[in-house]
Amino acid sequence: MIPGPFNYHRPASLADAVNLLATLGDEARPLAGGHSLVPMMKLRLATPEHLVDLHGIAGLKGIRRDGNRLVIGAMTTQHELLASDEVAKSVPILHEAALLIADPQVRYRGTIGGNVANGDPGNDMPALMMTLGASYRLEGKSGARDVAAAEFYQGAYFTALEPGELLTAVSIPVPPAGHGSAYEKLKRKVGDYATAAAAVVLTMSGGKVATCAIGLTNLAETPLLATDAANAVIGTSLDEASLKKAAAAAQAIMSPAADARGPVEYRKHVGGIMVMRALQRAARGN
Amino acid sequence: MNDMTPTREQRSAALEGMGCKRKRVEDIRFTQGKGNYVDDVKLPGMLHGDFVRSPHAHARVKKIDDTEALKVPGVLAVITAETLKTVNLAWMPTLAGDVQMVLADGKVLFQNQEVAFVVATDRYAADDGINKVVVEYEQLTPLIDPFKAMDADAPVLREDLAGKTSGAHGPRKHHNHIFEWTVGDKELTDAAFNKAEVTIKEMISYHRTHPSPLETCQCVCSFDKIKGELTIYGTFQAPHVIRTVVSLIAKLPEQKIHVIAPDIGGGFGNKVGAYPGYICAAVASIVTGKPVKWVEDRIENLTATSFARDYHMTTEIAATREGKVTGLRVHVLADHGAFDACADPSKWPAGFFNIVTGSYDFPTAHLSVDGIYTNKAPGGVAYRCSFRVTEAAYCIERAMDILAQKLDMDPAELRLKNFIKPEQFPYHSALGWEYDSGDYATAMKKAMESTKYAELRKEQAVKRAAFKRGETREIMGIGVSFFTEIVGAGPSKNCDILGIAMFDSCEIRMHPTGAGIARMGTKSQGQGHETTWAQIIATEIGIPADNIMVEEGNTDTAPYGLGTYGSRSTPVAGAAIAMAARKIKAKAQMIAAYKLEVHEDDLEFDIDGFRVKGLPEKFMSMKDICWVAYNSVPPGMEPGLEAVSYYDPPNMTYPFGAYICVMDIDVDTGVYKVRRFHALDDCGTRINPMIIEGQVHGGLTEAFAIAMGQEIRYDAEGNVVTGSFMDFFMPTAVETPHWETDFTVTPSPHHPIGAKGVGESPNVGGVPAFSNAVNDAFSFLGSTHIQMPHDYWRNWKAAKELGAVA
Repeated sequence: MIPGPFNYHRPASLADAVNLLATLGDEARPLAGGHSLVPMMKLRLATPEHLVDLHGIAGLKGIRRDGNRLVIGAMTTQHELLASDEVAKSVPILHEAALLIADPQVRYRGTIGGNVANGDPGNDMPALMMTLGASYRLEGKSGARDVAAAEFYQGAYFTALEPGELLTAVSIPVPPAGHGSAYEKLKRKVGDYATAAAAVVLTMSGGKVATCAIGLTNLAETPLLATDAANAVIGTSLDEASLKKAAAAAQAIMSPAADARGPVEYRKHVGGIMVMRALQRAARGN
Repeated sequence: MNDMTPTREQRSAALEGMGCKRKRVEDIRFTQGKGNYVDDVKLPGMLHGDFVRSPHAHARVKKIDDTEALKVPGVLAVITAETLKTVNLAWMPTLAGDVQMVLADGKVLFQNQEVAFVVATDRYAADDGINKVVVEYEQLTPLIDPFKAMDADAPVLREDLAGKTSGAHGPRKHHNHIFEWTVGDKELTDAAFNKAEVTIKEMISYHRTHPSPLETCQCVCSFDKIKGELTIYGTFQAPHVIRTVVSLIAKLPEQKIHVIAPDIGGGFGNKVGAYPGYICAAVASIVTGKPVKWVEDRIENLTATSFARDYHMTTEIAATREGKVTGLRVHVLADHGAFDACADPSKWPAGFFNIVTGSYDFPTAHLSVDGIYTNKAPGGVAYRCSFRVTEAAYCIERAMDILAQKLDMDPAELRLKNFIKPEQFPYHSALGWEYDSGDYATAMKKAMESTKYAELRKEQAVKRAAFKRGETREIMGIGVSFFTEIVGAGPSKNCDILGIAMFDSCEIRMHPTGAGIARMGTKSQGQGHETTWAQIIATEIGIPADNIMVEEGNTDTAPYGLGTYGSRSTPVAGAAIAMAARKIKAKAQMIAAYKLEVHEDDLEFDIDGFRVKGLPEKFMSMKDICWVAYNSVPPGMEPGLEAVSYYDPPNMTYPFGAYICVMDIDVDTGVYKVRRFHALDDCGTRINPMIIEGQVHGGLTEAFAIAMGQEIRYDAEGNVVTGSFMDFFMPTAVETPHWETDFTVTPSPHHPIGAKGVGESPNVGGVPAFSNAVNDAFSFLGSTHIQMPHDYWRNWKAAKELGAVA
């Protein structure tokens, strides 16, 4: 539980950070909240030669409204998300999910950028970002580009980030006023990753679902967008049969690993239940 | 007397003696971060040691190459079994009469076993060194399932025992067999079963778990080559035992070993035994002449030092149709892992498991225990437990519920019908114990009234009907547990550790100004001894508790004691305190008689001093007597006021309690909610009700964790899959239920102040209450017994197997 030797860098600007990462190459890792990387280093499962600490870069923090989008700097902590009235008002599911991440001490350090960029299927924010249709700003030596959250995750810890690139901001289209949302997370205890979790953002019209998006956390190697499941409830009043259809469609794309949280069969089963409960709660809150 | 004269109540309250909810004096430093733990010990030139550990559960060690490790800057030495053999320390004795490898000697027998000890100038360098030690292994077939340990073709684990047909506790039946222990009358018990109207039989497992104190095991060893003295700072629940063990195995004169246990961050049985880290740090210090620190990390603690339980108990009860028990038969398969490092009194290979007849009047019983080896971490320690009492209580309390179910009888009613009655005490149990005192029915009925038990059962019936009609997906369980503990080990006639009788001790030294110090053979790990010990003295001799300093943990100054575990401190050392205080009081009475110019017999003790009978104004306070003791003692009397007592208890104490748990379980997810938990404890005389309540809260939280998910689990290859707090269930305040506590008081008749001990009661009684609640919830769907732990997915699995989930 003692990390190996490494060099520590604390650039003051994004340009310096990008330059450092480009120069140092594969042996460098950016450091945000450190809640994933540092434990891996303590187990020596990660042995980066260089850590590029992003805390000195003022421009990477902050939450701002940009037209109908909410733009959140990558180094914004979960605590800051929770403290933001703008987040609570315009994207309440983000507030709800941030509150389910570990405990206050972790949330003081953990960042939204680190959470979404690490590619850990257990993290809560990635599926949420896919559900919300968010995009990520990636910046590297060759410039900046925007990648949709739905296109970002390629495998466990594998993402669209190119070597030397940094995820600098998350941009979320603000869901329409009156939308409903819910994040249902089954976990064993505070601080645990989800056994299964489902995010739902929907709109209702005349008692029926008009639009719907469903995301799934920790039920596959990557976060999942359960499109078939969402389509299964559009136009319905979320009657029991439709809910069951949605759960079955969601379960069809789940491929969780068996772990101490339970066997595959259980995790898929409760995954379906999380989908049904999130749908019902999102509709109720409408 | 004028208005300023304090009343008797005020004088008594000023003492803050027994019965007072005195605030914990140690918390002043703990809450301000000013505790002094082993890891706070930093000595000049101190080195750091850390282990190379085995990735395999069973393998031959072909070669250990330290060439590259020794090149790492800061690495000074790599110690292996070969090094230790030069000082005859490659193996060490265990408290259970077995031997254990300090470092892998030819083989490794469990994952994370200690293979080599790297000594370096700091912990980073030590870990860098570890990563450069190359160990060549040849993997062998691991033995993980205890039920396969004694198969004819089971792999041979302990090659060192080849040809040994008997061990410390008698004959061995198989190469992986450690001992067989039998108690009770087999013939009579078999006869009871042969003519029984009703019998039940169930294999009840108590899974492997771990005490997991927040502070892990650690030490700093410092050898002074000039004086030939070894000082060991360590997380020791029993510092004197460590001193004697070190003296015996390291062949150092005992007076030249100084063991110091500073503040300890929780023990729960984890810190009773001796671990390879202590031996290696001591050897490293002797070799280098410098202090060497060893601090275990969380993974090492969970995977290598001392698991608890892993008892597989095939349990049978014989009874009449009316529900009167007539016989108990239990066979235990006890998985000790790679070495029998169980921390029991030496003559008790399965601890006090023969308390398994519990609170019930069994006319006959028979018990046999087979201890076996597997490729898992060694131990079998008493996790907040008086030596296998938790296992026994779980076994009988689960079995009584199973019997109640078979008889279609309420489990509380079945217990009431079979309790040992107050007039039967002292009660001789079928398996050999003499219970000191108890009033079980009163306690059970009080708990039932407090929880409105009858109404709970009615509510449950309504909910069950609603569930069957498909109106709810939630099931309700009511868990009843009535435990009898056996603590206070123990009387020298049946308890010793490596030949040392299990007495305990107290030395009280009063100072001239009416203050004093009490030194103890016990060692608090959070129990609040500094607070409660002073309260006993306050009441006994009439000096305010605030004026008594309690000191523990330094073997140079403390009288020899056997330490703190198994709820023994109050039953044994608490008695020693009272006896030492009474010696002080006796001398004080002689001094007071001399000063008041009366015969000793004409004096009576009155709260905080002595008064002449019939002459209330003729009074001498204990404070004044202290001064006189150092100023003008009666002619012929030695000055000073101090006493020491070594207390060998005449019997164990038998605390008991009635616990009721109400739980709701969502069958679709297996998620449970503990709606209510009511704990009524009878620990005899109560010294500090606030500390008792705190102890009960802590023990219940551990019981909750164990029953509902806390386990050390291995996969088929012998890899620990629950090696961190991510997967090893350690509940936070969020998960922990609300606790309701209550009490009755049935003093121990043989203890000087009637106290029985309480620390582990909630763990002992709590686990069956939770497990019975889960089992009770599912019973109407047709289940008899569901094994612990009852975590979410297993609850769902149970529901699914019972057809409650599609």
